[in-house]
Amino acid sequence: MTDIQSAGDGAGTAPVPRLALVGAPNCGKTALFNALTGSRQKVGNYAGVTVERKVGSAITPAGRRVDIVDLPGTYSLRARSPDEEVTRDVVLGRHRAEPAPDLLLVVADSVSPQSGLRLAMELRKVGRPMILVMNMIDIARHRGIGIDIAGMARLIGVPVVAATAVRRGGQDELWRALDAALAEGLAAPGLNRWAEPDGAELRRIHREVSGLIAATVTEPARPDTRTARIDAVLLHPVWGLAVLLGLMFAMFQAVFTGAAPVMDLIGSAFDGLGALAGQALPRGLLLSFIQDAVIAGVGGVVVFLPQILILFLFILLLEDLGYMARAAFLMDRIMGGAGLHGRAFIPLLSSFACAIPGIMSARVIDSRRDRLTTILVAPLMTCSARIPVYTLIISAFIPARRVAGVFDLRGLVMFGLYAAGIAAALGVSFVAKRLFWRDRPAPPFMLELPDYKMPRLRDVAIGLMARAKMFLKRAGTTIFAMTVLIWVLATLPRPPDGATEPAIAYSFAAIIGHWIEPLMAPIGFNWQICMALVPGMAAREVAVSALGTVYAIQGDEGALGHSLSTHWSLATALSFLAWYVFAPQCVSTLAVIRREAGGARWMWLTFGYMFALAYAASFVVYNVAVALGWG
Amino acid sequence: MCLGQAGRDFQGVVRAIAVDDAFCAMPPAEMERRLIELGFVEGAHVRLLHEGPFGRDPIAVRVNGATVALRRREAMAIHVIETR
Repeated sequence: MTDIQSAGDGAGTAPVPRLALVGAPNCGKTALFNALTGSRQKVGNYAGVTVERKVGSAITPAGRRVDIVDLPGTYSLRARSPDEEVTRDVVLGRHRAEPAPDLLLVVADSVSPQSGLRLAMELRKVGRPMILVMNMIDIARHRGIGIDIAGMARLIGVPVVAATAVRRGGQDELWRALDAALAEGLAAPGLNRWAEPDGAELRRIHREVSGLIAATVTEPARPDTRTARIDAVLLHPVWGLAVLLGLMFAMFQAVFTGAAPVMDLIGSAFDGLGALAGQALPRGLLLSFIQDAVIAGVGGVVVFLPQILILFLFILLLEDLGYMARAAFLMDRIMGGAGLHGRAFIPLLSSFACAIPGIMSARVIDSRRDRLTTILVAPLMTCSARIPVYTLIISAFIPARRVAGVFDLRGLVMFGLYAAGIAAALGVSFVAKRLFWRDRPAPPFMLELPDYKMPRLRDVAIGLMARAKMFLKRAGTTIFAMTVLIWVLATLPRPPDGATEPAIAYSFAAIIGHWIEPLMAPIGFNWQICMALVPGMAAREVAVSALGTVYAIQGDEGALGHSLSTHWSLATALSFLAWYVFAPQCVSTLAVIRREAGGARWMWLTFGYMFALAYAASFVVYNVAVALGWG
Repeated sequence: MCLGQAGRDFQGVVRAIAVDDAFCAMPPAEMERRLIELGFVEGAHVRLLHEGPFGRDPIAVRVNGATVALRRREAMAIHVIETR
């Protein structure tokens, strides 16, 4: 059961039976999957859609090997989101890439079994062998809920077992039932009698389930009020918002200050690696490639890993705790006014650290149109890569003086830049709602608020590992390729012998800089800025070092700031800030949008609208500043 | 009355699910099915537990042993009789 090597006798030549876990959201299905498969799981995507595909293998106590696929949670086979479509297609054996399961493990929450049992009733019609797993039986028993497992099996007509995903030995009954079913030999799938149910059929299923529950489940004399008592605070119009704000603040603090030491460590590790390469290799193109493209490029992405892990730690904890649905409830009205779903709140919040995890976490939004809108506006949130650019320009051009006695002018400008990003995100989603989804009214906000549950460290750790792997894999492929491309642009062709200018001034980046200068002149950008924007595409903060290179400044940012303040007018500096609020200056984000939105179309749309916004904003800022005599 | 008009601590029984086209963001039959799937069937006991902090929307309703959040706009389709 724990060692894959012991598969010997059971594995034979017969095909490995394939089990599919099916269940409603919040039924503890993923925890059960983790308990059954341990760390032997592969997390990926179904081809063409951004639906997470989780497959694992396990050895039963009798030594039989089984493959288990964890299907996305669903209330019914009437698929309403890409996730649910995957579940429906796999269960019905219609999925192109995923083989039809030999046995369905239908998971129901023992504490509130209605939705799970309803799903079981529907799945019974599919005609595949199935076992109903009454999960979280320990919590149900603890609360005094009694379930007549044998009676339930008799009434439904399929094997029923009780299980606890989170306790050692909590799956013994399930393993025994599995071995019994496998020993007997799984029946070939019968006739599929499932058809999309109408309202009358749903009412009938509902009655049937109510009858089943009345016959087999005894409610406790004193119902559990813990969730209700917590909700009295967390959903309170005042206290609830205060807690949400506090949580947001804690998350920000953790992401920015908590990650900083580790990020510094990673940064200096990659610097050290670069220095090491500098000693080992002769100066030249190869060294530049190793140092600036491979090491600095990969390092520039990996450095965000601590922030992403902390962020996802918060997200996973809050999700497992059952709080995410509450946050969506509290924020739905505000988000809804701008055409966003309440669930978009967390992805957008995450985007303040980095748009990439923000866009990745938009998967929690069921409806495709809400998800796409969220992905579209996520890059407008001020990510941490903009901070070096902002602080450089602000400290060089904005005097440190007090406004109205209390506010620091530099702090105010910084706040203004953040506020501009948020306002733009809300504005763009509002316009997107009117423009793209005019004919389709907003999908409803309807979701179950699950009972609060203590998150389990193991499940959080497994989830975190999967995110880290996914991010690093992306950093190692798409993002790396982009970094190399940008290195080529900033390095080649090589400067001629006896060149007087910095090497970058002879590169394709400089050529592009000169080439787009006329386009950017109306917004006050000189060719040096235009050129710095090219390597700045690798990651926003790279523009800072590119500016340092082109103005041939060695040393700290203070020196660079001083140099910039002599080369640029205030109008240009403000225009540059406005540019960075909106501009699509990050190929990694664009690559992730392409992947998550499922098409290059959305990537180009994001690029286009952000470019237009940036240009318009910079144009206005520059010309107003010039008119004010700051040119 | 409609559940969409109810205030906090309202308790009642669902009388009918009647989706009005004007209020609905999707085909009425689909809306009806979704509400049934959340447990809003004729005869179900409902209790309005919480209201959202802005404009008292959305609402959190106890129904069929679960707590469900939905917007008032959608809750207009749920016709209820007060039981207190």
